[in-house]
Amino acid sequence: MLENYVPILFFILLSLAFGCVMVVAGRLLGPHKPSPEKYSPYECGFPPFEDARMKFDVRFYLISILFIIFDLEIAFLFPWAVVFKQIEGTGIVAMVIFLALLVIGFIYEWRKGALEWE
Amino acid sequence: MREWLIQNYPEWPILWKVVLPVVTIGIFFTCLLLCVAYLSLLERKVIGYMQVRIGPNRVGPFGLGQPIADVLKLFFKEIIFPKASNFYLFIVAPILAVAPALAVWAVVPLGEKWVFADINIGLLYILTMSSLGVYGILIAGWASNSKYALLATLRSAAQVVSYEIAMGFALVGVVMAANSLNLREIIQAQSGSILHWYMVPLFPLLIVYWISAVAETNRAPFDVVEGESEIVAGHHVEYSGTVFAAFFLAEYANMILVSSVASILFLGGWLSPFQGIPVLETWFQDVPGLIWLVIKICGFLLLFLWFRATFPRFRYDQIMRLGWKVLIPITLIWIFVVGGLQVWKVGPWFT
Repeated sequence: MLENYVPILFFILLSLAFGCVMVVAGRLLGPHKPSPEKYSPYECGFPPFEDARMKFDVRFYLISILFIIFDLEIAFLFPWAVVFKQIEGTGIVAMVIFLALLVIGFIYEWRKGALEWE
Repeated sequence: MREWLIQNYPEWPILWKVVLPVVTIGIFFTCLLLCVAYLSLLERKVIGYMQVRIGPNRVGPFGLGQPIADVLKLFFKEIIFPKASNFYLFIVAPILAVAPALAVWAVVPLGEKWVFADINIGLLYILTMSSLGVYGILIAGWASNSKYALLATLRSAAQVVSYEIAMGFALVGVVMAANSLNLREIIQAQSGSILHWYMVPLFPLLIVYWISAVAETNRAPFDVVEGESEIVAGHHVEYSGTVFAAFFLAEYANMILVSSVASILFLGGWLSPFQGIPVLETWFQDVPGLIWLVIKICGFLLLFLWFRATFPRFRYDQIMRLGWKVLIPITLIWIFVVGGLQVWKVGPWFT
């Protein structure tokens, strides 16, 4: 059973190794002639005015919080969907109630304007 | 091969436990990288012809040497490490972008027996690995310490997580129909004829999955992440040489991946389209399944290129509206529909 997962371990290790090889090969094969202008952050030729890590819109936080809720919902749905045929009646009703609660939440955030980007 | 090694070198278990898998995976990676290289040529050629140009045709016959020349050029370019960047994060980002894009292929079945890891949570593994790819973009944008890169990172993170919900719901619909997360079993559940493929009963989910897949891979028309006209090149604006190549490779490998996942989940993977048709079935029965799968994948890849040549870029608020207000409701409704079809055993799919 567990030995089915061995190729995955190999795959992950080899792909990480491949990524490292790419970085190292580029550093070894390419030229390396540092100069202050070349190593300054790219900003259309100007010297950068301020630190690039500026304030950004709070809606990005909102989206990620909403994402967590919905992604958890999907995480609950997956095992349920696999055994969907076996659990008749109560299992289906329970999931309908669970989804209905989330749909109410979804409608609430929609009406509240959490999904607006103007 | 494995049996032969076990028989002839029983005293060297490392040979068939480590060396053989590493060599086969190495060969597979080489094929995948060649596919990526020639996909980039195909993209330039197809878009060229769509815009009544010829596309690259100087290096080798029909420009077939072009991808090789590009790769060689990228390897001999200087990697620039901006002074303001966080050096270690800057190095880690391309590795984190390319590693999941390659590792995810462990569970993708290319034929009835051609799969590296036949595990029963295959679909979950694919979803996990493809979500990990966003970390590469996030870290790249943060570590670059450049305004364009940071803007691209924020856009990319919000866009990818939004479409991941729609994509996850679409996958739940498929799992409900197949009652399995194992990709081989999902394909076998679709055997019978072309009408048994899940693109028929789950057609809205196929559309939702495909749109989310295009958005997840940050391809046109959802490519605000690297919108050339506003934020230059987005998250990889500070990257050059092979570290840029790593991002490029990850993007194209992900394109091939979502195309194969779409073919496997909705178009019956390696199954022949002529199954169940009296005469044609016998004519085409010797065609290996891999050929059918490759044809389906190429179809989806051409869709990617066609989209890029046809559609103008979406505005960011339109992208978010499409993801949250259109795709998620459609998938939610269709999950209920699939549930109903399954409970009342509507044939030929849900018997």
